[in-house]
Amino acid sequence: MSSVSIRDVHKHYDDFHAVKGVSLEINDHEFVVLVGPSGCGKTTTLRMVAGLESITTGEIAIGDLVVNDLPPMDRDIAMVFQNYALYPHMSVFDNMAFGLRMRKFPAAEVDRRVKDAAGILGIHDHLHRKPRQLSGGQRQRVALGRAIVRNPQVFLFDEPLSNLDAKLRVQMRVELKKLHARLETTSIYVTHDQVEAMTLGDRVVVMRDGLIQQVGEPFSLYSQPANKYVAGFIGSPAMNFAKAQIIYSDDRAIARHEGFNIDVPKALVSVLRPYNNQSVWLGIRPEDLRTAQPDDPEGVCLITSVEVAEQLGSEILLDVRCGDAALVASVEPTLRVRPGDQVKLALDSEKLHFFDVATEKSIT
Amino acid sequence: MIEGAAWRRWVFFRIPLAGFLIFLLFPFYWMIITTFRPDSELYRPWRAANYAPFWTWEPTLTHVKYLFNETVFTTWLWNTMFIASASTIISLICGVFAGYALSRLNFRFAGSLGSAIFITYLVPQTLLFIPLSEIIRAYKLGDTPWSLILTYPTFLIPFCTWLMMGYFKAIPKELEECARIDGASRWKAMIYIVLPVAVPGILSAGIFAFTLSWNEFIYALVFLSSPEQKTVPVGVVSELIRGDVFFWGPLMAGALLGSIPVAIAYSFFVEHYVSGLTGSVKG
Repeated sequence: MSSVSIRDVHKHYDDFHAVKGVSLEINDHEFVVLVGPSGCGKTTTLRMVAGLESITTGEIAIGDLVVNDLPPMDRDIAMVFQNYALYPHMSVFDNMAFGLRMRKFPAAEVDRRVKDAAGILGIHDHLHRKPRQLSGGQRQRVALGRAIVRNPQVFLFDEPLSNLDAKLRVQMRVELKKLHARLETTSIYVTHDQVEAMTLGDRVVVMRDGLIQQVGEPFSLYSQPANKYVAGFIGSPAMNFAKAQIIYSDDRAIARHEGFNIDVPKALVSVLRPYNNQSVWLGIRPEDLRTAQPDDPEGVCLITSVEVAEQLGSEILLDVRCGDAALVASVEPTLRVRPGDQVKLALDSEKLHFFDVATEKSIT
Repeated sequence: MIEGAAWRRWVFFRIPLAGFLIFLLFPFYWMIITTFRPDSELYRPWRAANYAPFWTWEPTLTHVKYLFNETVFTTWLWNTMFIASASTIISLICGVFAGYALSRLNFRFAGSLGSAIFITYLVPQTLLFIPLSEIIRAYKLGDTPWSLILTYPTFLIPFCTWLMMGYFKAIPKELEECARIDGASRWKAMIYIVLPVAVPGILSAGIFAFTLSWNEFIYALVFLSSPEQKTVPVGVVSELIRGDVFFWGPLMAGALLGSIPVAIAYSFFVEHYVSGLTGSVKG
């Protein structure tokens, strides 16, 4: 097991700049998730670590060894692909043994390791089947098993759960987490699903357009997003945004919008001073909105009209309109409202987020 | 499938299908019936009272015996088998490697090289045999099996290359990438992973190449002259048509026996062959 250093790595394809200077230190035993929309460069970055794509400029090291010019076979890594990439003409056993046989392990050792891994993953009954005789979940386990038997320095995962149905995906996510707790192998995991990223990662790297937007532990990405993009990407349902004007009177400040006037929390009053009479993006997470109580001060309340109410059982997602802003609020499931009703919502002003309109950076 | 009333199935499916079958199989039937029909029936005038063109009451092996005793048919068969097998193997080896390179290795001009190879396939043999015969003469290969074993690949290699290119493209490249991460070099990944997965494609390319060289006529006619060097298609035509006399019985017997090996090859590999053409790689 080993750390991975990615130092100012760029990737150009002809005239397309796919990765624009990514730097990342991944510690030994760490599980790091690269997350972002398709085309953000996350998979390209992973493939450069694997050695499947050349590095245009920059440096990648596994442990202390710079691997820029090493072929994939010499990097001591294992990779799990989205489409499993199981060898269709080989049995499950041979699939898992292939990497060991290529490295000339003695037959007894191959047998022991494959059976161990099959035991961990619960596929020992299927060792003599062909991949096409397995279900999606079983194929995914075989692909994992093929990575585990090698006991490599680093695991690379390229959207390994995307081909599974929703229920199985949740189940495999938990298993992956358990597996990492057991093996502690350094892992880099690529996904476009922020829920997967948040639940699996020790640290999460949010990428966009070939650049890293923010690196951090899942909760810090959620509670302290570096910019509007990360704020909108992390969290489900997504954060609400509304453009508001900051207006100071004495040592108080309010964020004014055509639908509401909200008190700026005390901690931010001095920080927002330069934005007096200017617009900022106000970010409110749906779960920080609730139905107002009689004793809520006016400065945290907004009057909204309901457009759609989505009953989820554990909560209701209210799609509401407030001036020109469309907001989503997560409220208690017992609320009875119909489209067109007026609802007074209150928010937790300590959890408000403010973003610069020009740079979209968080104002803290 | 055609839905609905029984008459719709008859009109739109069964009757047209029967028509096609008769159209396609009748020449074979004619070949078979002529092979086993005695000369007395073959040359009976159509006005004769007992004229029966589609059936014989006195099947005979005379023509087959004539073919084996009076001509060197077994030698022709052996020649054809040897030439077709050798040129198929050569073309398959070249075609598999070229197809792999053109579909998987991203080198400059890969696309235009692929098109260039295809264009060589489009040059008609009826033109190409002229320069090729010069080459054959220069290397003193005339009237030897090698004149065909070395010229058939001129059209077989482009054919195999294109068929294999398409097949390799249909194999997910992750299979190979995974093998390379698992510790295989590019070469080993090809040998252990890509080629075994491509077996249906290789088989169909092989069957096609074999059939094309088995049935090839013009090069064989031009490059071979002595009877004991000839292949079945040329031998049968040149030895059993003398002037304007057609020895119909032995001719058809030769055609029938000459088509049997190809029919066996097809039926033996038919399942692989179909999946090769449809390019399905089940993961």
